Amino acid sequence: MRDFDYAAPTSVAEAVKLLQDHNGSARPMAGGTDLIDQVRVGRISPDLVVDIKKIAELNVLQIGSDGLHVGAAVPCYRLYHDAMIKDLYSALTDSASIIGGIQIQSRASIGGNLCNSGPAADSTPSLIALGAVAVIAGPQGNREVAVEDFCTGPGKNVLGRGEFLVELKFPARSANSGSAYQRFIPRNEMDIAVVGVGAAVQLDASGKNFVSARIALGAVAAKPLFAAEAGKLLAGQPVSVETIQKAAEAARAIATPIDDMRGTVEFRKHVTGVLVMRVVQQAVERALKTKSGNAP
Amino acid sequence: MAKKRIVSANINGKQTEFLCEPRQTLLEVLRDTLDMTGTKEGCSNGNCGACTVRLDGRPVVSCLVLAVEADGADVETIEGVAPGGDLHPLQQAFLNNAALQCGICTPGFIMQSKCLLEENPNPSEHDIRFYLAGNLCRCTGYDKIVRAVQEAAGCCGKS
Repeated sequence: MRDFDYAAPTSVAEAVKLLQDHNGSARPMAGGTDLIDQVRVGRISPDLVVDIKKIAELNVLQIGSDGLHVGAAVPCYRLYHDAMIKDLYSALTDSASIIGGIQIQSRASIGGNLCNSGPAADSTPSLIALGAVAVIAGPQGNREVAVEDFCTGPGKNVLGRGEFLVELKFPARSANSGSAYQRFIPRNEMDIAVVGVGAAVQLDASGKNFVSARIALGAVAAKPLFAAEAGKLLAGQPVSVETIQKAAEAARAIATPIDDMRGTVEFRKHVTGVLVMRVVQQAVERALKTKSGNAP
Repeated sequence: MAKKRIVSANINGKQTEFLCEPRQTLLEVLRDTLDMTGTKEGCSNGNCGACTVRLDGRPVVSCLVLAVEADGADVETIEGVAPGGDLHPLQQAFLNNAALQCGICTPGFIMQSKCLLEENPNPSEHDIRFYLAGNLCRCTGYDKIVRAVQEAAGCCGKS
């Protein structure tokens, strides 16, 4: 493997300084499951790897009335072993459980999955559906970016020089809300999504009408997509196959997938519609069982 | 060349110090520096699980861990599974069921199965196949491995 130096700072300020001083040739590393492989195959060539997982803020996993805070280096297994996350932020549990195999989940973080910015990343649609905000540290201090605006293209995102992701912040969930993520893959596990869909819904107290919904799509464009229109079509509507079908059609309309070995354009668009139906229905089922949230 | 680092880790219960370059993986150091060649290199990109070891209690693929990251950590490798040469029940079950042919994937499967049985002493067949999905075997077709783990189940849960 290419020669590089290694630093493991214990504060955000120290990490920012290291990244800034190396003028673009330093890379932050959390679980390393993408980064180490990319250095080995020569896709990236850092002179310095900044191991950020010794910084306390990056390991925070806190759920309270102000929502959920997930440090950028928290590995997947910590998320899916958390019963409260499973109840209130189910889409996140769904995603964390299917990224790689168990060994990868011991190290890989949701923050890293977002920063790697792959169009087929399994957690990004869940983050968008759940309304997560990325907290970014940098030379000018912290800034916040909604996750739907974070990725800009395959492997590309809004992080500038000296910046790195510190935390993902999720708003509190109310009673009668539910979320889910599903992907289509030809195997049972350990595969890259042909299409991935995340959805989060809020129902009224009767459980018969949507109050609001957010839907996001993976693997059908150059970056994960927020299907805002599809979600808006559900707001205020009764929970029925017909209304969900309309949302699925709206989601399918914004998909601009590519043809590759995993699926054709036509197939991916079709699967987008099918998955939106299934995922919204699963989110509704979960919402009906969620009698209380963490919102004050 | 980046400066070499002194790393101190507890490997199979023994405090161990080694010198490594930042670019070296834990897998390379185990095999090439510490002569612990039980851990195998398969794909070297995190897909095959042949190099599975435990790092602070969690199963990881050692090809995707930098050796410097192991500083202060607990590492358990296949060499720690049969101290004194007495086979671990999982190893005996792999033999009983002919759950290996070429053997390259076996140390990884044993490590991963050991983690499974400590977490879940009575796994269903589905649990076993799911937990071992990150380990590839091109010889057995997996059925014999699953049967071996089923045979060993219950024998090595945490006491």
